[in-house]
Amino acid sequence: MERLRRYGFVAGFLVVPVALYSVFVISPYIQAFQLSLTSWNGISSVVRYVGLGNFGRLFEDEVFWRALRNHGILLLVLPIVTIVIALFLSFLLNLGGGTRGAGMKGVWGSKFYRVVYFFPQVLAVAVVGVLFQAVYRPDADGVLNGVLARVGVDPVGWLTEPGLALWSIIAVMVWQAVGFYVVLFSAGMAAISRDYFEAAALDGAGRVRLFFSITLPLLRDTVQVGWIYLGIAAFDGFALILVLAGDKGEPDGATTILPITIYKTAFAFNKVGYASAMGVALFFLTVTFAVLTLRTTRRERVEL
Amino acid sequence: MTARGMGGPRLGVLNALSHVALAVWALLIIAPLAWTFLASFKTNTEIFGDPLQLPGALRLDSWGRAWDKAHIGQYMLNTVVVVFFGTAGTMLFGSMAAYVLARYRFIGNKLIYYYFVAGLAFPVFLALGPLFFVVKQFGLLNSHIGLVLVYIAYSLPFTVFFLAAFFRTLPDAVAEAALIDGASHTRTFFQIMVPMAKPGLISITIFNVLGQWNQYLLPLVLLAGDPDKWVLTQGIAAISTLAGYEADWPALFAALSMTILPVMIVYIIFQRQIQSGLGTGALK
Repeated sequence: MERLRRYGFVAGFLVVPVALYSVFVISPYIQAFQLSLTSWNGISSVVRYVGLGNFGRLFEDEVFWRALRNHGILLLVLPIVTIVIALFLSFLLNLGGGTRGAGMKGVWGSKFYRVVYFFPQVLAVAVVGVLFQAVYRPDADGVLNGVLARVGVDPVGWLTEPGLALWSIIAVMVWQAVGFYVVLFSAGMAAISRDYFEAAALDGAGRVRLFFSITLPLLRDTVQVGWIYLGIAAFDGFALILVLAGDKGEPDGATTILPITIYKTAFAFNKVGYASAMGVALFFLTVTFAVLTLRTTRRERVEL
Repeated sequence: MTARGMGGPRLGVLNALSHVALAVWALLIIAPLAWTFLASFKTNTEIFGDPLQLPGALRLDSWGRAWDKAHIGQYMLNTVVVVFFGTAGTMLFGSMAAYVLARYRFIGNKLIYYYFVAGLAFPVFLALGPLFFVVKQFGLLNSHIGLVLVYIAYSLPFTVFFLAAFFRTLPDAVAEAALIDGASHTRTFFQIMVPMAKPGLISITIFNVLGQWNQYLLPLVLLAGDPDKWVLTQGIAAISTLAGYEADWPALFAALSMTILPVMIVYIIFQRQIQSGLGTGALK
């Protein structure tokens, strides 16, 4: 009797979540894999299987390769720039206050800075996109161009110059992300015993030395986690690019990334089968990226 | 004492430089937000004048236009409703599943757990096309109920993953005592385990509220056909494309300010919990 009651309880607690998750998450993913083998247009009642034909087309699709190249740039630049800036700022915040009384201190006002830096993280990406449309306006009325005009620089087409657009967008992503990693790295730094800094400081190590010889090696795991999260964020830059550059025609495909291409292929051009094939390619890229990152960054942990 | 004495002037310069670096980044964060806020009080001509100019007068009419004409009031209400039911449902079903998976042994336990966690590995874009048709088949396209159910479903993987780890750390003794005293499993869960898991539940609630409040992609696909049902992020993105034709820029910036302000206020009140909530979320 108790056994039965127990099973009834377990089943009762699982049925709704499993059903919701199966219907709205798992079944679309399975269908996506299935649709990637078809030429379905999203409307017709006949679904025609074309085997791996979509994937063959992908390899000859110029747009796909351009999107892939942009993805590569994003994947490399976003994590590196964000992590370098965040490490630098969090080091200043936590240990930059000098070696007063042999203990390392954070600078004055560090609490305030941490609150301000983190704020963009809680803003909706769509809101950030609209905000930076105003900042990046290509004429002299843009916020950035207006400021530059004061020092005599001619208006720059931040989002319209093909060579510049992707970098302008990456800058916004860095702007939004840094605060989160400052908090993450600060927590990591707080966990490092003060004794190491004190001993090293007594031995005459300067702050730069302290950073590279003590802080950085001991933060390795946290930085790795940050790297993976930023990699996923780079794959996910969809909403921002759509709002900032999507309907403005994306200068010469300079800011096209895979998710945008998938979205347009499926909903604007009605090539659902082909879009699904792109999605499957994106899935394997994400998984490969995560596995490679974990492999290459895994090293002997520093034992303390 | 010696360290400070020896490095006196050099440290002074370094300290000043660190303050400059920190202040520059703070300014980069604050400046565009402050500019948006000020632009909402400007006229069209002022917005297209010198960007460093302050507004000529404190005009509030653009706020009224954004609220009524640009439907920001309606969008905000829609968002509050969707996020409220979305988060409540996520927390209820997520904690139920996580609790059973973490603390009961039964056939298929591991399998169901990994079934949920697998959802963390898939990019949403992959499901986007088919999801549209699944929701359509249920007749839930352009409805808030459909969006709420989809939000719950997509929030479950991380919620279950996070809360299962949390429920595993809770002691066994209290739950066992309650069961021996004759409380049902359901009652034990709601009256004993949920209160004990409060810190974990709060972190993950914040995480889900922020995630669902800021969601843009899912409403864009699932509510596209009915502008009355739109959520805030969707509305703002749409006004920005419209503003070009209607040329009511102050209203756009008022609308932006209106969406930023409540988030900012909530963030300042709960900044400690939000930072640690998102931090532990990322580290798990």
